[in-house]
Amino acid sequence: MLGLGIISGLLILPLVGAAFILTLSGDEGAVRRNARWAALATTLATFLLSLVAWSRYDSSTAAFQLVESHAWLTDTIRFKLGVDGFSMPLVLLTTFLMPFCIGASWISIETRVKEYFVAFLVLETTMIGVFTSLDLVLFYLFFEAGLIPMFLIIGIWGGKRRIYASFKFFLYTLLGSVLMLLAIMAMYWQAGTTDIPTLLQTRFPTHMQTWLWLAFFASFAVKMPMWPVHTWLPDAHVEAPTAGSVILAGILLKMGGYGFIRVSLPMLPDASHAFAPLVYALSVVAIIYTSLVALVQTDIKKLIAYSSVAHMGFVTLGLFTMTEQGIQGALFLMISHGIVSGALFLCVGVIYDRMHTREIAAYGGLVHRMPLYAVAMMVFTMANVGLPGTSGFVGEFLAMLGAFRANPMVSFFSVFGIILSAAYALWLFARVIYGKLDKPNLQAIADLDRREMVILAPLVVLTLYYGFHPGPVLDVFAPSTEALMQGMRAALSTTQTAAAALPVAH
Amino acid sequence: MNAAQIVMPALGPAMPELILTVGVLVLILYGAFKGERSAEGVSVGALMLLILALFAVVSQPMGTKVTTLNGAFIVDGFARVMKSLTLLGSAAAILLAKDHFERERIARFEYPILILLSTIGMLIMASANDLIALYMGLELQSLAAYVIASFHRDDLRSTEAGLKYFVLGALSSGMLLYGASLIYGFTGSVSFPGIVTALRESSGLGVVLGIVFLAAGVSFKLAAVPFHMWTPDVYEGAPTPVTAFFASAPKMAAMAMAVRVFIGAFPGVTDEWRQIIVFIAIASMVLGSFAAIGQRSLKRLMAYSSIGNVGYALIGLAAGTQEGVRGIVIYMAIYLAMTLGAFAVILSLRRGRRMFETIDDLAGLSRTHPWLAFCLAMMMFSLAGIPPLAGFFAKFYVFAAAIQAGLNALAVIGVVTSVVGAFYYLRLVKVMYFDEPQEAYEPMGPGLRIVLGLSSVVVILFWLLPAPLVGAAGAAARSLF
Repeated sequence: MLGLGIISGLLILPLVGAAFILTLSGDEGAVRRNARWAALATTLATFLLSLVAWSRYDSSTAAFQLVESHAWLTDTIRFKLGVDGFSMPLVLLTTFLMPFCIGASWISIETRVKEYFVAFLVLETTMIGVFTSLDLVLFYLFFEAGLIPMFLIIGIWGGKRRIYASFKFFLYTLLGSVLMLLAIMAMYWQAGTTDIPTLLQTRFPTHMQTWLWLAFFASFAVKMPMWPVHTWLPDAHVEAPTAGSVILAGILLKMGGYGFIRVSLPMLPDASHAFAPLVYALSVVAIIYTSLVALVQTDIKKLIAYSSVAHMGFVTLGLFTMTEQGIQGALFLMISHGIVSGALFLCVGVIYDRMHTREIAAYGGLVHRMPLYAVAMMVFTMANVGLPGTSGFVGEFLAMLGAFRANPMVSFFSVFGIILSAAYALWLFARVIYGKLDKPNLQAIADLDRREMVILAPLVVLTLYYGFHPGPVLDVFAPSTEALMQGMRAALSTTQTAAAALPVAH
Repeated sequence: MNAAQIVMPALGPAMPELILTVGVLVLILYGAFKGERSAEGVSVGALMLLILALFAVVSQPMGTKVTTLNGAFIVDGFARVMKSLTLLGSAAAILLAKDHFERERIARFEYPILILLSTIGMLIMASANDLIALYMGLELQSLAAYVIASFHRDDLRSTEAGLKYFVLGALSSGMLLYGASLIYGFTGSVSFPGIVTALRESSGLGVVLGIVFLAAGVSFKLAAVPFHMWTPDVYEGAPTPVTAFFASAPKMAAMAMAVRVFIGAFPGVTDEWRQIIVFIAIASMVLGSFAAIGQRSLKRLMAYSSIGNVGYALIGLAAGTQEGVRGIVIYMAIYLAMTLGAFAVILSLRRGRRMFETIDDLAGLSRTHPWLAFCLAMMMFSLAGIPPLAGFFAKFYVFAAAIQAGLNALAVIGVVTSVVGAFYYLRLVKVMYFDEPQEAYEPMGPGLRIVLGLSSVVVILFWLLPAPLVGAAGAAARSLF
C-alpha cells in the first residue's frame, strides 16, 4: 500500500483517528460520545496492529526489522523506520497503555472532549515515532513534536497550577533538547548521515564523543528525568489530568532511557565509559534524595511522581553499569515501571474522580468501602516497592546486580532506595487505605465500577505475570543487549589499547 | 565612421522587472483616469502582474548564470528563488490589504502601485551584481515603502511611522552609500566580480571600513540589531497589512542583498566580515527573544519576532558556505509563510471597524474560532522551532551550516535564545487555549483566508514533502559558489 510498511501504519493510524474525530459535528452529547468511542477504537486498532508487528518480529536476532525507508530531506537524511529488541517492547507498551488512557478519560474529561482525544492520538503517533525512528533527525522530530500535544493536555485539562506546569514542562524539555539537535548536526557532518544503523557502526573521535555525549545527556537527563533537572516532573504530574500522568510516567519518561540505549551507549562508548561515574553519582543521589522527598509529600500524585524519579535513577544506574544484567534490568524496569506507575496514576484517578482531591490527609480507611480498589492498589504498591513476585522486583534486582559488578559501593547506596521506597509506598498505602473510615464525605464512596475494573484488571494481571515470568520480555532484549555489549567491548578495548600503546610509542 | 557604439543591452534576463514596470505605468494611468473607484481594479491588476512576473521568473532557464546591462544585473538560481519569494510576499500583501482598507475607507489605487514599485526595487536588489545597481534597487524599494508606511494619512501613528522610517532609512542609505564609495575607492571597481579580483591582490583597512558601513546599511534594511530601533515603532504605527508587507517581502530582498554583497563581492575576506555578521546575528537573536517578552501588542511582538528571525537567518550568512546560503533560502521561505500566516490571523481580529491588536484580545480564541486559533498556534510553535512544523527545518538548516563551519558557540547561543523565544510564542498559545473566551470576531475576508490557508499548509505539512524547497534552495546556493 503506497510502499508503506506496518510501522508507518502504526504512525498513521492514530492520525487517521484524530482526523476522523475532528470531522465530528452535531449536538454536543453525540460528539462527545462518538469522540470517545472513536478514540478507543483507534487506540485498540493501533494496539492490534502493533501485535501484528510483534508477530512478524523475530526476537532471536539483534538486527533492525520491519525496516522501511522513504525519501525525505536528502539522500542521507531519510524517513527510515524500524524496530529492534530495544524498541519493540516500548512500542508495545505505548500502544498497550493508550486504550487505558482513553478509558481513564471517559468521564473525567467533560470540556472540549473532541480536542482532548485528538491531542492524545497525535501524542501516540509521536511516541511511537520516537521508538521506531531509524534516523536521528526523525528521532528528534518525534521527540520534540510530542511536546505540543502534551503542553496542550496539561494546559487545558490540567489542575489549578496547570499553566505554570505546562510552561515549565515545555521549556525545560525544549532547553535540554536543542543541545541534542546541535549534537545530531555535528554527527551528521562527521559521519555524513544521520542513519542510525550506519551511525552505530561509526567511531567518533574521543574528544568529539565527550561533547556529543554531554549534549545528548542534557536532553535525555531532562526527559528521564535525573536529579537535579527533575523538578518539572512533579509539577507536570500533579497538574496533568489522570491520563496525561499515565502517559507521562508510562511512556514519556522512557524516552530518556531509550535515548541512552539507542544513542549514548552504542554510539559514544568511550564517553559513556568516562562519564559513567557521573551518572552513578547522579543516579544514587536521585534514588536516595527523591525517595526522602517522596516521604514528606502530602499530595498522592506528587509522591508517585517523586517515586518515579527514584525508579528512573535505577534505570540510569543499570544502563551505565554496562553489564548485561544491568542493562537488561534497566530495560525491564522501564517496561515494568511503565505499567506500574501508569496503574498507580490510574488508581489515584479513581479516587480523584470521586472526591476531587489528591491530599493524602483527605482519605483513610478506604478498604472498608472499596475492597476491590484496595486489592488493586496493594498490588501496584508492592510492585512499586519491588516486592518479589511483582514485575518491579525483577528490574530493580537485575539493575542492582549489574551495579554490584560494576561498582559495589554504588549498589550499596542504591539499596537504601529500595528501603526508602518501601517506607513511602507502604506509608501512603496505610494512610489512604487502612485505618478507620471516619471522614464524613468518604462514607458513601463507591467501589470500582465496571469500567474501572476493566481498566485495572489487565494491569494487575500483567504486573504479577511479569513478576513470576519475566522471561518473554528479557528474551526480546537479550540479542540487542548482547550486540550492544559486544560493540562497546570492542570499542573500549581499542581505545584502551591505543592508550596503553601511547607511552610505548614515545 | 564613429557610429554610436550604443548597443541595446539584452533585456531578456530582466523580463520580470520589465513586466512589472510596464504594468505599473499602465495601472497608474488607469488609476488616474478612473479616480478613487479604481482601487479594486488596480488591486486585481497588480495581483495579475505579480503572478505574471512570477511565471517569468520561474520560466527563466534553470542552472545558468546570465548577466546583462554591462554585468550590473545578474540572473542565477539564487536570484530566481529569492525573487519568487519576494513576489509571493508582495502578492500576499495585496491580498491581505484589500478587505482591510475597504473597511477602513482608505482603499486607494496607490497602495497596489506602491507595492509594485517597491517590488521592482526588491527584484533589482536580488539581481544586483554591482554596487550601483544594488543602491538603485534599494532606494526604489525604500522610497515606496516610506510612503506605504504612512498610507493611513489621517492617522497620527501611521504618519509618524512613515516619517520615522524615512528619516532613519535615509540615514542608513547614506551609510551604505558611504561604505560603497569607500569600497570603490580602495578597490577601483563597483562590480562584484571586479571587487573580488581587486581584493585577491590586496585588501586594506579601507576596504574593511567600507564593509563595516555597508554592513550597517544592510542590517538597517534587515532590521537587525543594532540598527533595529525603527522596527517596533514602524510595525506598530503602520496599517497592519503594511506591517505584514514590511515583515515579509522586503526581508526576502534585503536578505538576498546581504548574501549578494557578502558572498558575491567579498568571498576572499570572509574572516573580516564574519565577525560583524556573527555579532549582528547574536545581538538580534538575543534582543529579539528577550525584548519580546514584555510586549502586549501583537504587532510589536511580531516586530521583535522578525528581528530575532533575521538573527537566525544571519547565522547561515555567518557560516559563509554553500550550506549556509541554502539554510538562508530555506529559512526565509519558511519565515515568509509563518509571518504571513500570523498576520492573516492578526488582521482577522476585528469587530465592525475596530481592530484588536493586543495579546489579551486573543483570549479564548480556541473556543470562538477554533480553526483560526489552531492555525495561529501552529504558526507560533513553528516560529518557536518545534518539529514537525516548518520552522524547525528552517532552524535546522542554518544551525547545521553553523556547526559545519565550526561556529559552535554561535549555534549554542542560537538554540538557547530560541528557547527563550519559545516562551513568548507559547504565551500566545496559552492565551488562546487556556484562557476564558471573549466575544467572537467577525468572519475572515476571502483574501485573509487564502493567505492563511496556504501558509498553514506550508507550515504544518512541510515535513511530509520537504524535498522541493530543500532542492531549490540547494540549487540556489550552488549558483553562488
